[in-house]
Amino acid sequence: MSAINTDQLTVKFGDFTAVDRVSLSVEPGEIYGFLGPNGSGKTTLIKALCGLIKPAAGSGEVLGFDCARDADQIRERVGYMSQNFSLYQDLTVSENIDFYAGIYGLRGEHLRKRKADAIAMTHLDPYLDRRAGRLSGGWKQRLALACAFIHQPGLLFLDEPTAGIDPVARRDLWDLLFQLSGEGVTFFVTTHYMDEAERCGRVGYIYLSRLIANGPPEELKRIPAVSPPGTRRLEIVTNSTSSALAAIKRQPYAISATIFGQSIHLLMDRSISTERVEADLRKEGFESLQTREINPSLEDVFVTLTDSLKEERLD
Amino acid sequence: MTDHSPYRRIVSKLSRTLDLFRGTIPVLRKEAIHIRRDPMALFVTVLIPIIQMFTIGFAIDTNVRDTRTVLYDGAHTQESRRLIDRFVNSDDFIIVADVESEQALNDEIVAGRASVGIHIPADYSRRLLSGQTASFLVLVDGSDSSVASQSLNVANAIALRESLEKSLPVTAVSRSLPVEARPKILFNPDSRSANFLIPGMLAVLIQIMTVMLTALAIVRERERGTLEQLYMTPVKPLGLMIGKIIPYAIVAYAELSIMLFFMRWVFKIPISGSLTLLLLLVVPFLITMLGLGLLISTRAQSQQEAMQAAFGTMLPSIFLSGYIFPIDTMPLFFRGVSAILPTTYLIEIFRGIILRGAGIDALWKQTLILSIMGLVLITLSALRFRKRTS
Repeated sequence: MSAINTDQLTVKFGDFTAVDRVSLSVEPGEIYGFLGPNGSGKTTLIKALCGLIKPAAGSGEVLGFDCARDADQIRERVGYMSQNFSLYQDLTVSENIDFYAGIYGLRGEHLRKRKADAIAMTHLDPYLDRRAGRLSGGWKQRLALACAFIHQPGLLFLDEPTAGIDPVARRDLWDLLFQLSGEGVTFFVTTHYMDEAERCGRVGYIYLSRLIANGPPEELKRIPAVSPPGTRRLEIVTNSTSSALAAIKRQPYAISATIFGQSIHLLMDRSISTERVEADLRKEGFESLQTREINPSLEDVFVTLTDSLKEERLD
Repeated sequence: MTDHSPYRRIVSKLSRTLDLFRGTIPVLRKEAIHIRRDPMALFVTVLIPIIQMFTIGFAIDTNVRDTRTVLYDGAHTQESRRLIDRFVNSDDFIIVADVESEQALNDEIVAGRASVGIHIPADYSRRLLSGQTASFLVLVDGSDSSVASQSLNVANAIALRESLEKSLPVTAVSRSLPVEARPKILFNPDSRSANFLIPGMLAVLIQIMTVMLTALAIVRERERGTLEQLYMTPVKPLGLMIGKIIPYAIVAYAELSIMLFFMRWVFKIPISGSLTLLLLLVVPFLITMLGLGLLISTRAQSQQEAMQAAFGTMLPSIFLSGYIFPIDTMPLFFRGVSAILPTTYLIEIFRGIILRGAGIDALWKQTLILSIMGLVLITLSALRFRKRTS
């Protein structure tokens, strides 16, 4: 049984379709990364899966329960951690955990054991009596995770869990996710960070309410729409990235070109040599060229797919 | 089969009913911590109504006494002096200035140094003694209506008494008049304004507190995003609602008790009726107000919006509930408005019990109306709340 399984799931707000015929499945123990621009329907899909919004069409199953009918059972068994830190700032760490434990009906010995586990897992013990509002971003997220995990859910929805926390805390949190996933917990994580997406077992990319990519990162990089036959990708580092981009795009063999930090990723005709590209750029007056052939990154995948979707819409 | 035993059915039905209230206890406990964590807010919430009580209780006296009066005695005779004495002895007037011209008399009133001007013309005694109608002029500053009407009444009464005494035969040795009304004011023998105002004020202050506290408690969670988080948990709307309401109902109740204590021992207003009945009859009102607060919270997106809405409901309750201005003199439309204000009925109950010692036999109608209002409002807000939640 999949942890999550949706079939043509559609959510509408009036005339606006927030989630458009999304079909995906997440296996138990998997970390599923869910990406997409803001407003593309990520949070809406989570809400629909938790039974907070009724689907207009299609269906969704979470841990074997229908998300339109069995919202109560689903909420009992999943954890949710929202994008902005939303615990009670004036309650202490311990009181926040107690509150969520109370909501999930934990009592007595069971409560003590679960609380001890959650604290040990997140290493929150030195801060138990500190007000949640006085924790740093990374520790706040750990507390949020402890609260979302207090009832030992089999599935956790993390909505941008690492937005606005420092890189070290981000890495620590991901280590924790891997540890829990190793213990069989399923994660549905939304994020904007490509490095996080690369670490996921599988990723989905939602754009304009539609799921346009879905699969393991390595597989996505090989899909024909991203790397059509007869093409290859070059990474070009040059002294003046933005003007070089314009020059490259003018070349007849260039299919598409995008800036990534200090470099340009060029999708081009396979038959043209790297030397020819370098020579063409020197002719245009660009120096200190470093060029190497690369595999597409996940970002290439998403950029290419959204571009082709945009063109499709314009046609 | 055990599954079909009535015992099982009752247990499962009970647990299903209980499940509707899921989350009540943790939410209640959490809310209590919020209140404890912010003692300043609690202190201010409790203190402000008490400060208002003291201000209103001590400062406002709608009974007019010692109205500042300016005098222009053009006659300077025995008769004119006797008339002046009557004014002074009435306790309603205090002569602050003697002037020697009508213009000066006018100026004093325009300048606001006096509210009443008395002008006794030069021919006052002559006309009086010759049996003609002697008149004196009373100028009243109409900008304060209660001062104006009180001054007019007293001036008329004095003139009437003067006339009667003049018309009666001199032989009537006793100075008593043939007919005299002897009013006896029941329940508030000294006509103290505080006795009239404070019971009404209790109702209004409790309203401010409950509506605002409940509305803010929920809107605060919406603003901070914690409400969204709660929706993803098994907490039920009813559990969330009741858990949030109870702590503030307790605070409101405690506040009422403190204010009743001050009313009794500082303002010396005895509770003529049953205190127990009073505390009991507040309950439907509290439910109504908590429902109103919830209703506001389902609409307001920010704490500021919630505050504005709470104040919006306050204004009619202050002006149209009979708290300050009598309902009987209002135009029909406003009487209609006051009839749908819960505060109107609580004020009637408070005044009834505190001032007149009324029992439930006299107040059942108000109680019934409040109970219906409370039931309707709390159900309405619970439904709306539920709709927003799921």
